[in-house]
Amino acid sequence: MSARRLRMIALEALRILLLGAGAVVMLAPFVWMVATSLKSPSEIFAAGFSLWPEDFNAYANYARAFTEVPMLRFLLNGVIVCTGILFFQIVTAVPCAYALAKLGFRGGTIVFGMVLVGLMIPSHVPAIPLYLAFANLGLLNTYWALIIPSAVSVFAIFLFRQFFRSVPDDLINAARVDGLSEFSIVWRIVVPTAWPAITAFSIFSVVANWNDLFWPLIVLTDTALATPPLGILFFRDQEAGSDYGALMAGTTIITAPLVIVFLLAQRRFIEGITLSGVKG
Amino acid sequence: MADPAPAISAAPAKQVSKQAAPRNEPSGGKARLRDRLAGIALATPATALMLALLIGPTLAVGFLSLTDWGFGARSFAFIGLDNYAEMAGDPVFRRSLINTLVYVGVVMPVSVALALAVALLIQGGRFGRTFFRTAYFLPVASTLVAMATVWQFMLHPNLGLVNEMLRLVGLAGPNWLTDRGLVLFTLAWIGIWETIGYNMILFLAGLMAIPGHLYEAAEVDGAHRPLDKFLTVTWPMLGPTTLFVIVITAIRSFRVFESVAVLTQGGPGNASQVLLFTMYRESFVYFRAGYGAALTIVFLAFILILTLIQIRVIDRRVHYA
Repeated sequence: MSARRLRMIALEALRILLLGAGAVVMLAPFVWMVATSLKSPSEIFAAGFSLWPEDFNAYANYARAFTEVPMLRFLLNGVIVCTGILFFQIVTAVPCAYALAKLGFRGGTIVFGMVLVGLMIPSHVPAIPLYLAFANLGLLNTYWALIIPSAVSVFAIFLFRQFFRSVPDDLINAARVDGLSEFSIVWRIVVPTAWPAITAFSIFSVVANWNDLFWPLIVLTDTALATPPLGILFFRDQEAGSDYGALMAGTTIITAPLVIVFLLAQRRFIEGITLSGVKG
Repeated sequence: MADPAPAISAAPAKQVSKQAAPRNEPSGGKARLRDRLAGIALATPATALMLALLIGPTLAVGFLSLTDWGFGARSFAFIGLDNYAEMAGDPVFRRSLINTLVYVGVVMPVSVALALAVALLIQGGRFGRTFFRTAYFLPVASTLVAMATVWQFMLHPNLGLVNEMLRLVGLAGPNWLTDRGLVLFTLAWIGIWETIGYNMILFLAGLMAIPGHLYEAAEVDGAHRPLDKFLTVTWPMLGPTTLFVIVITAIRSFRVFESVAVLTQGGPGNASQVLLFTMYRESFVYFRAGYGAALTIVFLAFILILTLIQIRVIDRRVHYA
């Protein structure tokens, strides 16, 4: 009995050792990023490595990241673009999903077929015609150019339709008897029952759009409108050069918002991101 | 008793959504007409946007790929399949296609295997489950462009942490991002680092769906050691999940773009050129819209093939697991 117990303790120790070693590798970039953002240039360029700075230089590094480029503006741009996209995605997907799930209407099959086809098309594919359209409309270098291409999410329509199908018909018919219009039924009866799906999708959408580089790289040349990923590229290429302390301060600032949300709401966050198992 | 055939079908979690409420059919022609009109009204905005932003432009890309058009050009000519013919003889395209396939070929098996190992280890004990799950998922939750910049610094030939560590054990670290033979594998490593957490979560979900009584039955049948339990219960039951994770990872890593755009721009000398980055460069740096459109179609074709495989895999998962 005690030999077996000993074996179990040994196995558990081995498990923690392996997982711990892996975790060190996974977390190393984060730890090194924050550590470097606190160090002075001389310490960064010196041989050898220490985690905690001997010469605390955080203030200068972060001040540089905030003043050399409009870092707060990048974050604000990220918030504006992600909120705008999410707003349009929800406002268009929810009614459409309800119509597909609960109302038999002519063309519903075609619309749902479009959704299924759309699920297979990566967002990079329509880029050339969309760029052309925005260029002709004179909308390059605007928030609209960042928001409109993502204004509809076939994934949201697909997901919400699945969810709405399980809303009891009695609930909807009762609301009809009470004289509610279909429009009010969608927003006042159906949506409140679908919060888990809407929350999960919102996290998925915000993470995807906060991190996207492909499309902002195409339609933006104006630094002032840069989203966080594009902003960090501007900072690296133009300002920071080999001032790694300031550069790491910048990457810390850009990475922090999503990481903090993740740490605070892990379960929901993981749910939201792995939703994309369907979409990629 | 310990029949490991996956057809046991024990976790109906996925099937719940299949048993959705029956379609709403209110009686009376008037109500039905009202429903139909409301349906059309509610579906129109999304449908119009889908046509304008997704379906229409995708068809337009197909058309453009048959022309010699460039951004800003006043006219264009219909050149049939010339763009595709050019592609066949274009060494940059060939390089980028091969590189993309090599990248997928490295990232997919390694990240799937490591993620499975991590998931099994996390599930296999009590201590530190939440901590380890968080640690391994953190790269997924962070901004890749920012973290790629951090990797660039960590992989710096002189100042970087990685080579500094190698020096400690007496090795001269290479120049990870400018060595032609190495750069693609360095990018693949970053892709693996970024993907493990995602795959781990999918595996953890798959592991949790395996009913405990199967392990008890295996124990009765003499499978006491962890390895025996893994081989008789876990691995067969996890088969569909594994297949699903493999395909998902292939689709995700086929879209590699960010790390290339941030770290190498396809260099040195096209050694890290990948399909999506070539498409970006031809279309939006050289403004060759027609050729870029043809590259987009090739990219789409690969994604479609992978997606069709994925759909078959999902079907099987619904049936079995």
